[in-house]
Amino acid sequence: MNIFKKTIISVLASLFIIGNVYADKIRIGTEGAYPPWNSKNEAGKLIGFEVELAWSLCRYMEKQCEIVEQDWDGMIPALIMRKFDAIMAGMSITAERQKVISFSQGYADEVASLAVMKGSSLEGMDTPEGINLSLGGSDVNKALKTLTAALAGKTVCVQTATIHQNFLDSGDVGSVNVRTYKTQDEVNLDLTSGRCDAALAAAVAFTDYAEKSGKSVVLVGPTFSGGAFGNGVGVGIRQDDTELLNAFNKAIDKARKNGDISRIATKWFGFDASM
Amino acid sequence: MDFELMINSFPKLLNATVVTLKLLSASLFFGLFIGLLFAVLRMNKNPIINKFAYGYSYIFRGTPLLVQIFIIYYGLGQIEYFRSTVLWVIFKEPYWCAIIAFALNTGAYTSEILRSAFQTIKPGFIEAGKSLGISSRIIFYKIQIPIAIKQSLPAYGNEIILMLKGTSLASTVTLMDLTGVAKYIISTTFRPIEVFIVAGSIYLFMTFLVHNFIKFLERRYNY
Repeated sequence: MNIFKKTIISVLASLFIIGNVYADKIRIGTEGAYPPWNSKNEAGKLIGFEVELAWSLCRYMEKQCEIVEQDWDGMIPALIMRKFDAIMAGMSITAERQKVISFSQGYADEVASLAVMKGSSLEGMDTPEGINLSLGGSDVNKALKTLTAALAGKTVCVQTATIHQNFLDSGDVGSVNVRTYKTQDEVNLDLTSGRCDAALAAAVAFTDYAEKSGKSVVLVGPTFSGGAFGNGVGVGIRQDDTELLNAFNKAIDKARKNGDISRIATKWFGFDASM
Repeated sequence: MDFELMINSFPKLLNATVVTLKLLSASLFFGLFIGLLFAVLRMNKNPIINKFAYGYSYIFRGTPLLVQIFIIYYGLGQIEYFRSTVLWVIFKEPYWCAIIAFALNTGAYTSEILRSAFQTIKPGFIEAGKSLGISSRIIFYKIQIPIAIKQSLPAYGNEIILMLKGTSLASTVTLMDLTGVAKYIISTTFRPIEVFIVAGSIYLFMTFLVHNFIKFLERRYNY
């Protein structure tokens, strides 16, 4: 056997060995760019509510875990292609996503909101504090009408492949100019530069940005929940992976009962966003 | 493989191809003028003009196009003073930012292509013109430019193809070009392979057309 063949065989053998080592570990995909849900510190280490919660859930499952970084727009395809086994990336449970992946029970919930720069004409809209699209009713319809009128011809920016994009595309607030960005950071940049008249995302994503950057970003209009905004944030898992799904559900039960989810949520959000 | 999705996404992607072609033609149009101007400046005897032109091509050929488009789009937009100038009317629009970045980039490459083409023109051609008493301005327009264009066709054809693929970066500044719409479809269907195969085939077909058009021109102007 010549050296060439030996090299090929040893490389293949090592691939199998590596494959086996990784099989025991649960690999969890997160974006690392959506604070306070998940982000990175100056040293490039993944931090945030979901990173800490993931370690806690892994302890309850008594499994070794590895947290993997993945761009948001490729998150679900990467899960399906087995680059990792679970998604914990502030991903809301929606009917559209449930067509391709399963979700554990929700572990946290958080409302969405529009944001503008201080001094915008969109400030002071006459709407209720929050609307739940699943409930419907005259209040919700009236609020949507107010929003439709206010946003007509305006450019609203969102991160791509999010519930926020789905909501704007649904036509509930008329036909606004929707601009989509790869990351929430880029949405924030263009909101401050004035290219966006408004932006839509998780309310905490804006308050976190305003606090850290010192820019005068303010929330306007009602907070949104239900409908296109889904039913809380859960762990995304491949549909055929029921064993892992059950393990996560049990771990979430335990973590909730012991108050871990509330504690970690309060630490990162400043309020208890657990569910 | 979801063939139904591939068929359904085809018309949407074809629509987006119009945006890609608009970006490409506008960038090439401005880029050609920039390239010609800087090729001439490069050959200028004045060292300041010469170095300036060299610096431009050095910077734009030495940095990634993605970085250039990010600096022009996100970078300039962060400067408060810049936003108060008249220029902001243009730079506010992602479309113009993309065209400016692409044109400056392709202009740098085009200037190098044209410069080397000008320099390969045999002195005999110019001397022949001079001996007939033709002014140097006419020699430039009627002898140097046509020969340079012919010489640079193969290299310029490559540049068009590189630029065609470069326009896919427009999606990073929110433009819904071919790549942007492909990503949008993926964001709702979660099936990247099928959609990217269709988008890739459209790019390949456009490259095929450009390639053959350039070959046709090369044959035609081969004298």
